[in-house]
Amino acid sequence: MANALINAPKTAKRGDTIEIKALILHPMETGFRPGTNGRMIPRNIIEHFSARWNGEEIFAMTFSPAIAANPFVSFFTVAKESGKIDFLWTGDEDFRVTESVAITVT
Amino acid sequence: MASRRSFLVGAAGVVLLPFDAARATPEALAELIKQVTGGREVRQGKIKLDAPPLIENGNTVPLTISVESPMTDADYVKTIHLFNEKNPQPHVFTATLMPRNGRAQVGTRIKLADTQKIVAIAETNSGELWTASAEVIVTIAACIEDVN
Repeated sequence: MANALINAPKTAKRGDTIEIKALILHPMETGFRPGTNGRMIPRNIIEHFSARWNGEEIFAMTFSPAIAANPFVSFFTVAKESGKIDFLWTGDEDFRVTESVAITVT
Repeated sequence: MASRRSFLVGAAGVVLLPFDAARATPEALAELIKQVTGGREVRQGKIKLDAPPLIENGNTVPLTISVESPMTDADYVKTIHLFNEKNPQPHVFTATLMPRNGRAQVGTRIKLADTQKIVAIAETNSGELWTASAEVIVTIAACIEDVN
């Protein structure tokens, strides 16, 4: 199964801009490569990534096949209140993985 | 694969070229940029595209795009697009940002099928468009064989 890895601070000061990094295991097969049998390997990619902080969307990204295998994304956000950051990846072949991290804002 | 010529051109020191609207870009890229911008004026500046000028493996090219913006409710970057010239498809990614991001910066890793130009376009909430581009020399291209 898919594995996701999130790198975010566990605590932050209110109003601080923090960096969040998200990595997920996925082949990101482009659909443009022939396999060993000479036939094209069918496309299998993650199409969409989003992050929500206590339910409020804070970042979203649409991927094309040109995103490297095991997609990595880093972005920033302002720490407002303690709670949970939820991450969601969706894509081809009903791919759907969620991950969440807790953060304490003081 | 990078052709011998493009490698030589690269080796001659042309590693980072400024965006030049007059330069002929492959049709698909130009068409996609037109779709995104809707024919509005696209200016240089304010946006920075950090990519390695030479990369050995085109399967993983790390890059960062940052835009100068206060990221307030009144003035913020709402989308950052990245396009390429010579991959099978011109679109790489589109990121949606909001004032809540605090800093307009996105980092990721992409695939490049050949030595080529990549183009970033950012759109602010007021509809201003900013662009930056970079030339990346690739020695081992992505998407050419099954490595499994």
